[in-house]
Amino acid sequence: MRDISALDRVLLLLTALLSAYQIAVGIEGLGSLAVICYTIAFGVLLVASLILIILGFEALESPHVVVIAALIPLGLSLGLISQYVPTYQVGYMAFAVLGFLAIGITRYLTPGRIATITLALVHGTAGLLIFILPIVFSLQGVARPGFILVGIGGGLIGIGGLLLAFLRTGRPLLSAKTIYTVLPVLLLMMTVAFVIGLALA
Amino acid sequence: MIIRSIGQQVRRRLGVYWKLIKSLQTGLLLLTGLAGYMSARCPVITWRTLLALTGSLFLAISGSTVLNMVYDRDIDAQMKRTCNRPLPLGQIRVVEALVLGVGLSILGIGWAFLLSPIYGIVVFAGFFFDIVVYTIWLKRRTAWSIVWGGIAGGMPILAGRALGVGQIDWIGLLLSLAVLLWIPTHIMTFNLRHKADYQHTGVPTFPSAYGDRVTYLAIALSSVVASVAMGIAAYGIGMTWGYLRVLVVLSAGLLVLAVSSVVRPSVRLNFGLFKFASIYMLSSMLLVLVETM
Repeated sequence: MRDISALDRVLLLLTALLSAYQIAVGIEGLGSLAVICYTIAFGVLLVASLILIILGFEALESPHVVVIAALIPLGLSLGLISQYVPTYQVGYMAFAVLGFLAIGITRYLTPGRIATITLALVHGTAGLLIFILPIVFSLQGVARPGFILVGIGGGLIGIGGLLLAFLRTGRPLLSAKTIYTVLPVLLLMMTVAFVIGLALA
Repeated sequence: MIIRSIGQQVRRRLGVYWKLIKSLQTGLLLLTGLAGYMSARCPVITWRTLLALTGSLFLAISGSTVLNMVYDRDIDAQMKRTCNRPLPLGQIRVVEALVLGVGLSILGIGWAFLLSPIYGIVVFAGFFFDIVVYTIWLKRRTAWSIVWGGIAGGMPILAGRALGVGQIDWIGLLLSLAVLLWIPTHIMTFNLRHKADYQHTGVPTFPSAYGDRVTYLAIALSSVVASVAMGIAAYGIGMTWGYLRVLVVLSAGLLVLAVSSVVRPSVRLNFGLFKFASIYMLSSMLLVLVETM
């Protein structure tokens, strides 16, 4: 396990501050569901950054991390759906809630292949939506071009999620040391992309 | 040459004094006092009063901290965590530290009374509970002394609020309760981390009196109740929804860590909870300050 460095802590603190800003100021004026969803997603980012600063990367060893981390893409994707395609919000909310429950149940009751497949399906769907929707809406003129940054953030969250998920299942795509080295940078870049992208939408 | 030497001596002395006032702890308590005052909002706030509040609170808190160090120097000398403090190391004489502590306290409390009688009374109460009730009377007798230490710690925010609104109101009491409940978690965490040290000195602590399990539970419970008190007070102050959302998120994080530390207790997790509770308290104060500016 790589020890957390001073630079990691600075990057994570910036991530926490940006997330707090987004929760306090960045999502004002949106619909109730979008505010709740973005608050959950950025809230998990905020708390996770602080816990990593305090406890170091060892905190990622906890079995609860995968379940709680799923709230980030699910919250963001549901927020985007409710903001831009509200006709699908009830259906997608059902998918998000059931998907989250499925991740939790399979992770605790049947850890192994079923849990991994469930995680990949739910996480993957939410990640793809965050990646694709902003790009499509920007190209269609529904949102301004800067909104593409949210899609880039979605791509980054997907990369981070995959790296951590495979690491947790014991088949890491990169060495644990490399993953922990890039993780704080990835988290900050992702948060920056989301905050600026949502502001420019 | 002589001037340079005197300058170095003065700087060294101030360095020792700085260690004696526990700058981090004093700074955090000072911040709570400022947050309490700012929570009263405009048009009551003036920069002159704000500076006077900062000065008087800094002096009063520093004074009581120095006196605490003077009284507890025998305990500090026996503990690994505290044996490097100026008094056990002999970097300062007891009489000099005593004069410094008394001087700072008189200046701080006196200035507080000049600002406002009610503010002065609360600042004096904080000093009284910290030195007389907590340090001298109860610390070496009962593990429950931390409650009184907590009451003393909750006084700066109550004082700040009382100065701002001119009375002691329910918001001030709730803010004070939040700090009061945070302080035992701070002390109990140190009790757990340095258990052998405390046992060696014979100072009664929660872990030695009731066991680790009860202490973990007490820390978790007081952290959660502190965050609830803070949340209600923030709502009472009229904090906007955006800032309240941040507070709710941080409270949720605190709750998750508190539950985890009870379900799977460990020194590391407990330390994490304590650190998070400290960040929570600091963030809450900053949110109150930023929001009311």
